[in-house]
Amino acid sequence: MLAFRAVRQLRDFVLDLALSVRPGETLVLIGENGAGKSTVLNLISGILTPDEGEITLGDKILFSSEERINVPPESRNIGHLFQSYALFPHMTVAENVAFGLRCRRLPEPEIKRAVAEQLAVMKISELADIYVGRLSGGQRQRVALARALVLEPDLLLLDEPLAAVDMRAQSAMRRELRERIRETGIPCIIVTHNLRDAVELGDRLCLIEDGRLFADGRPEEVLGMRENGFIASFVG
Amino acid sequence: MDSTPSRQGREVFRHAGRVRFSRGVLTLFVAAFLVLFTLFVTLPVVSLFLRISPEAFFRSLAEPVVIDALSLSLTTATASTAIVVLFGTPLALVNARHEYPGRALVDTLTDLPIVLPPAVAGIALLMAFGRRGVVGQYLNEFGISIAFTTVAVILAQVFVASPFYIRQARASFEAVDRIYEDAARTLGASPPTVAIRVTIPLAWGGLVSGAILSFARALGEFGATIMFAGNFQGRTRTMPLAIYTTMQGDLDAAISLAIILVMISFVVIAAVKVITRRKF
Repeated sequence: MLAFRAVRQLRDFVLDLALSVRPGETLVLIGENGAGKSTVLNLISGILTPDEGEITLGDKILFSSEERINVPPESRNIGHLFQSYALFPHMTVAENVAFGLRCRRLPEPEIKRAVAEQLAVMKISELADIYVGRLSGGQRQRVALARALVLEPDLLLLDEPLAAVDMRAQSAMRRELRERIRETGIPCIIVTHNLRDAVELGDRLCLIEDGRLFADGRPEEVLGMRENGFIASFVG
Repeated sequence: MDSTPSRQGREVFRHAGRVRFSRGVLTLFVAAFLVLFTLFVTLPVVSLFLRISPEAFFRSLAEPVVIDALSLSLTTATASTAIVVLFGTPLALVNARHEYPGRALVDTLTDLPIVLPPAVAGIALLMAFGRRGVVGQYLNEFGISIAFTTVAVILAQVFVASPFYIRQARASFEAVDRIYEDAARTLGASPPTVAIRVTIPLAWGGLVSGAILSFARALGEFGATIMFAGNFQGRTRTMPLAIYTTMQGDLDAAISLAIILVMISFVVIAAVKVITRRKF
């Protein structure tokens, strides 16, 4: 269970919102470009620090301005997939997936086993020794997901997970992504511009406008708010 | 009516001819300019090779003054490059990634030796670390004297060569996309781990070419060395000093040393070109 409440001054407006994700739930964030969706993910994973607020995950306090707690990103155990995937270009696929395990100083045989297992689950075992610069968008997405999931994170943050995947492969990848999320049972926040992502992946939908939570509910409820300009154009 | 198009055609033709002619002149001019300048740069270097026979070259390689200079130059330049890399890398990384009061000043000060005349660097080092220098006088009380020793050679080289590495290192660190560092943090890497496993490997080509350039500058250091370290064979007489010294008596030795330095310079340029080619 994630409980998030944060205030942060951005360039054009003040981001000020609260949201929560229940165990095993997938929350989808939608909104205009620059509304603050990716910022919310960065605040949760610890790349950015709120000016004020409180973030708790399970019984762990990750950030509290009142109690002066700020757990650094490396100790939050949150999987964060960036829009560009940010795979390390100087490493092979296997080395990318092993990165987090190495940081945790696990014994080498255990790392090998966990990486091989994760690559097999993501159906990318044959790419293990390839440098990531040679991968397609879909393959990169799988590697990024494998790199995060191998660490068994308490929460998964996905920023436009399918944007770099080419159109033809998108619906298959989306189905697979949904299955992986269901299988692992990890609570998840997905930022997207894509209606089908929102409908097919989300248990709950949040609309963010200028750093504020405008709507929060089941996908069909939120998408039914046609009087809102963004929803009207989003649904098309 | 009939003659108009053909007259126009002739005009166009004549115009095209003029354009072609003036283009030709320009090309000739640029080509002559390029050849002249390239000759100006290469002719002196080639002259070195023309002024000495291979036998004389290899004979002078065996002379103590040459051997001493060569080994002293290689050891001191290696030591000074190691010192520059050791201190310069964290400094460049901090300045590339963190905003702090006085950062611009630190940047300017680390760049200063590039524009400072070597003679100024020499006297400045002497005023700081000489026997009666600002720092040197206290070191002297403990029986430590730096000026006119091999340590002074290394200090002079560090002083003049460090900006070449630090500038290049900083630019290479800045060119690393922060998203990789952010991703590494979320995967569990502490800031030092991020630096060692992500930032430095991604900036590697630039760091190595910066270190090579710094090594080359250290190897060629003359002015500050002769003033601060003196000119003692085997202790402070590096290759450039040996060239200057032997030139007055044994010209063959001077030319041989110069040829070795030219060859090292070529290797340096080639190495930098190869290393800075992107691999991934």
